[in-house]
Amino acid sequence: MSKVLGLSDKHALSVEALSVAFPHDDRLLVALQGATLEVQRGEFVCVVGASGSGKSTLLNVLAGLERPTRGRTHVHGHVALMFQEAALLPWLTAAGNVELALELRGVKGDQRRRIAQELLGRVHLNGFEKRRPHELSGGMKQRVALARALAQDADVLLMDEPFGALDAITRDLLHEELERLWRQSGLTILFVTHNAREAVRLGDRVLVFTSRPGRVAHEVVVDLPRPRSLDSPELAVIAGRITDRLKHEVRRADG
Amino acid sequence: MAELAAELDPRTLEEIEPRARSTWHVRGWAGLWPKLVAVALALATWQVVVWSGWRPDYVLPGPLPVFHRLYEDLARLDFYSGLAITLRRALFGYAMAVVIGSVVGILVARVALLRKAIGSAILGLQSMPSIAWFPLAILLFQLSEWAIIFVVLLGAAPAIAGGLLSGVDHVQPLLVRVGRVMGARGLRLYRHVVLPAALPSFVGGLKQGWAFAWRSLMAGELIVIVGQQPSLGQQLQFARDLADAEQLLAIMIVIFVIGVVIDTLFGVLDREIRRRWGLSGAEA
Repeated sequence: MSKVLGLSDKHALSVEALSVAFPHDDRLLVALQGATLEVQRGEFVCVVGASGSGKSTLLNVLAGLERPTRGRTHVHGHVALMFQEAALLPWLTAAGNVELALELRGVKGDQRRRIAQELLGRVHLNGFEKRRPHELSGGMKQRVALARALAQDADVLLMDEPFGALDAITRDLLHEELERLWRQSGLTILFVTHNAREAVRLGDRVLVFTSRPGRVAHEVVVDLPRPRSLDSPELAVIAGRITDRLKHEVRRADG
Repeated sequence: MAELAAELDPRTLEEIEPRARSTWHVRGWAGLWPKLVAVALALATWQVVVWSGWRPDYVLPGPLPVFHRLYEDLARLDFYSGLAITLRRALFGYAMAVVIGSVVGILVARVALLRKAIGSAILGLQSMPSIAWFPLAILLFQLSEWAIIFVVLLGAAPAIAGGLLSGVDHVQPLLVRVGRVMGARGLRLYRHVVLPAALPSFVGGLKQGWAFAWRSLMAGELIVIVGQQPSLGQQLQFARDLADAEQLLAIMIVIFVIGVVIDTLFGVLDREIRRRWGLSGAEA
């Protein structure tokens, strides 16, 4: 597929004229129609859209969990996917969850333990290796999920509103950690959210999706210096413009 | 970073555990005394019925002579050989049911055609009274050990297959997606995600399967008398034939206690798995 698209080496992923439709109550629900986007290697791109803009569908197609109805996608290297719920396996400890990702990658036993320990340390969970998911707070679960995503040694990390269910302070801390991990690792991140401020806080670029069916309506390049603060006035101005654009889209889709 | 430290403070969880441990024996007693009261009430009711003279003593003896007889039985060697025969049949039949039920459960869960063909039959089999299988079992295997095993198997296997099937069906789709994103497909997805997720339901099926197996076995031992093997069921039948009511009730108590003990063991297993799987909510 990549040859057809003529990708340059700089691309981590590309989506060309992607349409996805599902059968729903004996009619076709079009989640995405003609979505086109490209993400460079090492770039942090946020996708914002109201519900029903097919943001999650986009990530599912990129992760190979759903098939495109039309159009093409290409991902350079492996992908990992994080969801709004941490989706940890409840019968495994924090370390066990990370180790499973390593095991499925073919990493051998001793090394697994060592790497899992190190990854949990990187998300500040030292001392919590033996806890089970139900003994962890929501923020800690997402940290484990993040460590597990890192354990998959992916080139591209797809994140589907990963901090949507967390309280503001925890979310703020996780923004810092994600940004730090991203800068250390050179990962490419495609981050979906419905929160314009969060998108501007994290992204090099923000793609605004239309509603029902979804495609890229608008692109904002965020050139604020990092690390950014959610409360900075510059950030608020850009986020405000994006929010206006989103409202416009929602009205258009509903009207 | 103060907030981070607060969220990550390991003491918050560790502090909870010693408290939980110190109350363990209190909770044990809290669970035990209602049971003791229930036993006392049952014995008292029994004694009152006996005293009322509703039936003569040689038909319905009171608790004291029955427990005395039970005490004597417990000193007799042939009581234990009978117990051993019964438990051996139970374990063997049940083990076969676990193997066959699991294999059938997995196959039905995996193969769409099999599911359509026999998925609902598995549920139907569970409601089939096991005693209804005996005439066929006796035709097929005569009055032999195998006739009993056959019915125990048919009693327990559908519950075990059903538990596994329902566990596999109700695995959270999100966990399956996570497994697939991590690169687990086919058998590896089953081994690492689907089967562990289905384990609580499977244990539920094992527990129910045991109950069916035990009932089928007792029915079988009353109906299928295999020569020279004084199993518990057979001893029960002999006691009735000899109109030995004390012995009959003593054996019934043994059967009841075995059922309760094994059910309790399954209960412990069930609770432990639910706790580890974070399903009980007690520790969260």
